[in-house]
Amino acid sequence: MARRIGVFVCHCGVNIAGVVDVERVAEEIKKHPNVVFATTYQYMCSDPGQNLIRQKIEEENLDAVVIAACSPAMHEETFRNVCKDYFNPYRCEMANIREQCSWVHDGKEATEKAIKIVKATVEKLKENEDLLPILVPVEKRCLVIGGGIAGIQAALDIADAGYEVILVEKEPSIGGRMAQLSETFPTLDCSQCILTPKMVALSRHPKVKLYAYSEILDISGYVGNFTVKILKKPRYVDEDKCTVCGDCEKVCPVIVPNEFEMGRKPRKAIYIPFPQAVPSTYTLDREACLGLAPLTCAQCKDACEAGAIDYDMQPKIVEEKVGAIIVATGYNLYDKNKLVEYGYGEDDDIITSLEFERMLSASGPTQGKIIKPSTGEVPKKIVFIQCAGSRDRQHMPYCSSICCMYTAKHALLYKHHVPDGEAYVFYIDIRATGKGYEEFIARVMEEERINYIRGKVAKIYREGNKLIVCGVDTLTGRRIEIKADLVVLAMAIVGKEETKEIAKLLKVAIDEGGFLKESHPKLKPVEALSRGIYFAGCCQSPKDIPSAVAQASAAASKVLALFAKDRLEKDPLVAVIDEEHCSGCGVCISVCPYGAMTWQNGKAKCIEALCEGCGTCAAACPSNNIEMRNFKDEQIEKMVEVVI
Amino acid sequence: MKEDFEPKIVAFLCNWCAYAGADMAGTSRLKYPANVVPIKVMCSGRVDPEFILNAFEKGADGVFIGGCHPGDCHYVNGNLRTRRRVKMMKKLLEQMGVNPKRLRLEWISATEGAKFARVIKEFVEEIKELGPSPWRERR
Ligand SMILES: Cc1cc2nc3c(=O)[nH]c(=O)nc-3n(C[C@H](O)[C@H](O)[C@H](O)COP(=O)(O)OP(=O)(O)OC[C@H]3O[C@@H](n4cnc5c(N)ncnc54)[C@H](O)[C@@H]3O)c2cc1C
Ligand code: SF4
Ligand code: SF4
Ligand code: FES
Repeated sequence: MARRIGVFVCHCGVNIAGVVDVERVAEEIKKHPNVVFATTYQYMCSDPGQNLIRQKIEEENLDAVVIAACSPAMHEETFRNVCKDYFNPYRCEMANIREQCSWVHDGKEATEKAIKIVKATVEKLKENEDLLPILVPVEKRCLVIGGGIAGIQAALDIADAGYEVILVEKEPSIGGRMAQLSETFPTLDCSQCILTPKMVALSRHPKVKLYAYSEILDISGYVGNFTVKILKKPRYVDEDKCTVCGDCEKVCPVIVPNEFEMGRKPRKAIYIPFPQAVPSTYTLDREACLGLAPLTCAQCKDACEAGAIDYDMQPKIVEEKVGAIIVATGYNLYDKNKLVEYGYGEDDDIITSLEFERMLSASGPTQGKIIKPSTGEVPKKIVFIQCAGSRDRQHMPYCSSICCMYTAKHALLYKHHVPDGEAYVFYIDIRATGKGYEEFIARVMEEERINYIRGKVAKIYREGNKLIVCGVDTLTGRRIEIKADLVVLAMAIVGKEETKEIAKLLKVAIDEGGFLKESHPKLKPVEALSRGIYFAGCCQSPKDIPSAVAQASAAASKVLALFAKDRLEKDPLVAVIDEEHCSGCGVCISVCPYGAMTWQNGKAKCIEALCEGCGTCAAACPSNNIEMRNFKDEQIEKMVEVVI
Repeated sequence: MKEDFEPKIVAFLCNWCAYAGADMAGTSRLKYPANVVPIKVMCSGRVDPEFILNAFEKGADGVFIGGCHPGDCHYVNGNLRTRRRVKMMKKLLEQMGVNPKRLRLEWISATEGAKFARVIKEFVEEIKELGPSPWRERR
């Protein structure tokens, strides 16, 4: 038990001291039992601040400290590291008087509350036990969920460092959205040409196990020791035997829209989503196929000389053990049907940006020709609308970050295809913050003579063969009407439904846009709150390819740092049973979500390596016989007492 | 009398969602009344019915519990047990002469700083309406 406690109150510049009377907090806490020293300082986390703590521990012979400053989520580790040289790290606790006090309250009330928070922390600290971390082994294999550019990059980085990677992709092929793009800003290199080598490298890498056309069913465990259940959906085509001759496709009588082409081109029930697909194989779409019954159709099976088609293929569930997980599930475009003001869905000649990308692609539905879908003619007047669904309180309030850039690219490519055409871009602001981006926009505006109109489109309606786009130029106040042939909407980027499901399995929070919540918006942008889980690419926020790749490599480096250790330190804040008084009712065993409670000689016993320290058992035990290390009933009751 | 009554409220916040949500309210500088003092627990499932009774006995006018949304509990389902316990505790409090509204459970995710500030504001107002806890005199 701590008898000589020191309290260090941080000003955090004006962040705390501007609201809370820090000197008073120090004065008051000095009067509290067992507190022998209290002081304040500008920035406790700075070097001089940390040295002050060290100096005072020695001078005042302190045996425990409370740092009253920001949230423990920020700096608990920093301060425990400082104290490690003198005593057990659990003799250091933080009192959160910034996030949960000075930043949300004013004046006198804030000071009073800060005093209470510090007192409660002192009370908890008094009864803290000295604990050592529990050591658990690390499974040095990584799971990557999603095979877009971000997932591919992360997987390659880790595999190249010599560790095994399991990559799960739900679609028949890896590649993600980047495979759908035509050319990429700002250098205009062909998207497929820079992506395909990476896809191939991944599929050939001896350290990578690729599960394409597969789904995650379940994830359990904790950092260093996750168990993953993967569903391998049947393709009904043997990947190893298929030679991609395409004979099956020719004879298949079923025609459905191709998702890869945003539904703008048909495919057969047996298909390959795009020619460069990896794994390179056909897939039979069970929903579209005439029943998978040899009696009904079976034409593809007859046509396949390689004997690759197997109608009896069954779904398979496999289990893999991994030590770390990277989520790279990407993005979707905002639901087009929600943009009623632009009449999308009702008019063939109003298309989304991704549909336009496919139109620009040489292997796309129009072989790279820009057309007006309703008539097949070349559009002579085209209108691009930026921020369609973004920066709009009725839709998505945030900026989708990449639409300014790809719209400029679209306008430029349009002018290259249709030199005598006229292109208009409606925008709110132009945001071009990447390297070479501003120059790219300037080039498009000046050299290509694209008409940039600052303003929002109010309405689009059809008049005969034309679309009338009505808006206001907010710079001149002029009303504008354009008789357009084709309208392209730069739709908002949103999180995927699938990401929500993965987030549920991993217990990771999701924001309103459907993006994964990182541990710290500035300092831990690729880490989840739970250890061992990392994010890469657009599943965390809208971003361009360079940023997605950078984030992927960052996530990979975090995983490699984890794998550099043979054993991980696990929080020792586990459940402790007073065996003598255990009645053997088994309630704790039934409530523990981790199976950490087991029987031993008719009494309950906690397996510390499995216990996650939630405390559910402690709250449930009818004989009040389970204590949580450093969250003991007594500690919590004392804390309550001093705050009331 | 009700005007200058400043209720004393204890908030048990789970480490992974509600506590992070309260931090988020801070990061976003959203103001709310200072009547609530937070006590961090690892999971809302750790909140023993005894903690609640103890808080009222010590003179709290209200007890707030913040946990993760159903399905999001860091420890799988600790929060569902809390939900059941809170239901039971509300009945018990009523029998003991304490208005069950004085105990409130809310799901607050790590991104929901605005929700945290809003429900705390609401709760403080509600407790102000109810006045001091009848158990205050017992002390
Ligand atoms: C119209 C348009 C044009 C663009 N042009 C450019 C450009 O010119 N230059 C540029 O830098 N950027 C451009 N971008 C942005 C670019 O598309 C993204 O930065 C990039 O694709 C992000 O890659 P990602 O890996 O994060 O996500 P994605 O490409 O979306 O990949 C995610 C992958 O995860 C898979 N997946 C999802 N859920 C699961 C699950 N539950 N289980 C298994 N797998 C799952 C998906 O099937 C997909 O393969 C453009 C975007 C748009 C919309
Ligand atoms: S016919 Fe057989 S080998 Fe040829 S593409 Fe179809 S499944 Fe593959
Ligand atoms: S605290 Fe209890 S219920 Fe929670 S994981 Fe540990 S043993 Fe299981
Ligand atoms: S961890 Fe938040 S309720 Fe269980």
